[in-house]
Amino acid sequence: MTALTNHAPVLLIAIPLLGAFAVPLIGKLGRGARDSFVGLIALVTAAVAGLLAASVFGRAGAPGLYVLGGHQGFAVPLPSGMSIPIRIILEIDGMSAFMALITALVTLTGAFFSFSYWRERSGGTMFFSLLMLLTAGIFGMELTGDMFNFFVFLEITSIAACGLIGFRVWLKTSQEAGFKVMALYTLSGLFVLLAIGLLYGQYGGLNIAYLASALTGSTIDIVALGLLLTGLAMKAGAVPLHMWAPDAYGEAPAPMSAVLVANSQASLYGLFRILFTLFGVTVSVAALGWILIVLALLTIFVGVTMALIQNDIKRLIAYSAVSQIGYMLLGVGVGLAVSVAKPDFGFVAMQGGIFHMLNDAACIGLLFLGSGVIIRATGTRDLNKMGGLAHSMKWTTVLFMIGAFALAGVPPFNGFASKFLIYEASFKLSPFLAVVAVLSSILLLAVFVKVFQAAFLGAKPAGLPREAPMGMMIPMVALALVVIVFGLFPGFFVDKIVTPAANALWYGRDAYIGLVLGGG
Amino acid sequence: MNIGNLPFVVAALLVVFGIYTFLFKRNLVKLVIGVSLVETGVNLFLVTLGYRTGGIAPIYTFAPQAQRMVLPTPQALTLTSIVIGLATTALLLSFAVFIHRHYGTLDVRKVKELQG
Repeated sequence: MTALTNHAPVLLIAIPLLGAFAVPLIGKLGRGARDSFVGLIALVTAAVAGLLAASVFGRAGAPGLYVLGGHQGFAVPLPSGMSIPIRIILEIDGMSAFMALITALVTLTGAFFSFSYWRERSGGTMFFSLLMLLTAGIFGMELTGDMFNFFVFLEITSIAACGLIGFRVWLKTSQEAGFKVMALYTLSGLFVLLAIGLLYGQYGGLNIAYLASALTGSTIDIVALGLLLTGLAMKAGAVPLHMWAPDAYGEAPAPMSAVLVANSQASLYGLFRILFTLFGVTVSVAALGWILIVLALLTIFVGVTMALIQNDIKRLIAYSAVSQIGYMLLGVGVGLAVSVAKPDFGFVAMQGGIFHMLNDAACIGLLFLGSGVIIRATGTRDLNKMGGLAHSMKWTTVLFMIGAFALAGVPPFNGFASKFLIYEASFKLSPFLAVVAVLSSILLLAVFVKVFQAAFLGAKPAGLPREAPMGMMIPMVALALVVIVFGLFPGFFVDKIVTPAANALWYGRDAYIGLVLGGG
Repeated sequence: MNIGNLPFVVAALLVVFGIYTFLFKRNLVKLVIGVSLVETGVNLFLVTLGYRTGGIAPIYTFAPQAQRMVLPTPQALTLTSIVIGLATTALLLSFAVFIHRHYGTLDVRKVKELQG
């Protein structure tokens, strides 16, 4: 058990990667073999993520180091007698473990929902292979301690995600979305690579901890920071670089959209890691915080207003997902803006922003899975052509309602718990921020009232739509339980997992550097 | 011959041309060319970082004594980046092929079912 816990970081990347390449082979044995293999991989990955999180939160989020190639590294001797240690570093602190938990939750429910989803269609093997690859990439981004590996995992997620959006080549719109998303993902990846090159050229290292200790805040550092901010904000889907996001979430198969949101959150994690751990106090953090706040307000506002005018159910949920990215940016942006003086409300804002990542993953996941069930039952995505689903689909109705209320921040669901922390803290910085955030939440409630009225209420439809099979219901019920439990006992979860994660960003820079370089 | 900062200038120009092509051209294949130009610029930048005038390849076996070597790390980074670039370009072009099959055009102004 301890060996498993010790090696959990690398297993989290290795197991889905193995799964990704084995699924096409095992798929030849038939659908049953393929589904049980994917289910096993997904369960084992989630269990390992749970173990990793338990060990990290067990030590209150203190960072841990995993070194590939032994603790001293492979020594490569040179003729001169000197030897070069070769090491690849994974560094896991509270924030990384928190993100790993989110990824595990979303990919596990996504994979199990997909079994029923692909039982009715062909093409599932490619889907599962890409899903596993995407999972490996997301875990890699969250756990790595090296800038270049971060870039490589970023590109793995880009390619796998675009494969998932566009692998149904017979659908017209999926090809259009795939091209758009891939082009923007590639550009954002190249911005990140250029920034890494600039940092390497100055300091001769790629390790995050080493770079963080060496950074001086020169003009070239600022240029690199600007490139990283642009690239990662683009990949997280923050306005004004959000134009790919509704296409991606809307055109991917329903169980995939939720995993794509987790992918955007991984980019957001990268952004936070770079702002807090890599750059930290070497640059003017207050100005950066305000940049994040402005991006956040734009994202919240544009996302919600665009959601209001949609008639396509998936596109509508996709725009609401964009707006939720804004709440996370707002929480952490408020924290960053005041992180020099470190007042209490700054930490509360960080807690709110980080907690909202988990809450958003659960309720957006629930809504996307729900939309998959609705589209399956009605055969259309147009809200104007639906109606009366509540007559025959009682379970879906209740689950969809839970997801919608949670997303709009209605108590006692989990969205309220994290949004309340964000409102409270951003009000202390400037009441205007809280007003925009609250108003947008109310608008979001209006959006979902419209969906509810259009899809579920009304006269009995002609051929009564069937309720979803058990295989689709169980993942949705599981997500709904997460939504309710996190909403009823937010204090417990904030104490146990959110606070260590926020601590890791807010106070943890020296510990993160010290663990790799010693001293500190 | 000392070429100074010329390679950095060329790399920057490639990136700028690439972004210009990406933003202002209407043909999907030209957009892919734009992305490739940015990528080439970044790769050239990385290789230039590790280059030393008159340096030899960083292979220690049978290396002549007292020779300057170029830095190998950026070359490893560039190789990785080239492989990733190959995959992304191939994926982009195959999307372009399928878009042409569905829409009968590569003009971005006519490929816009997903708007608003």
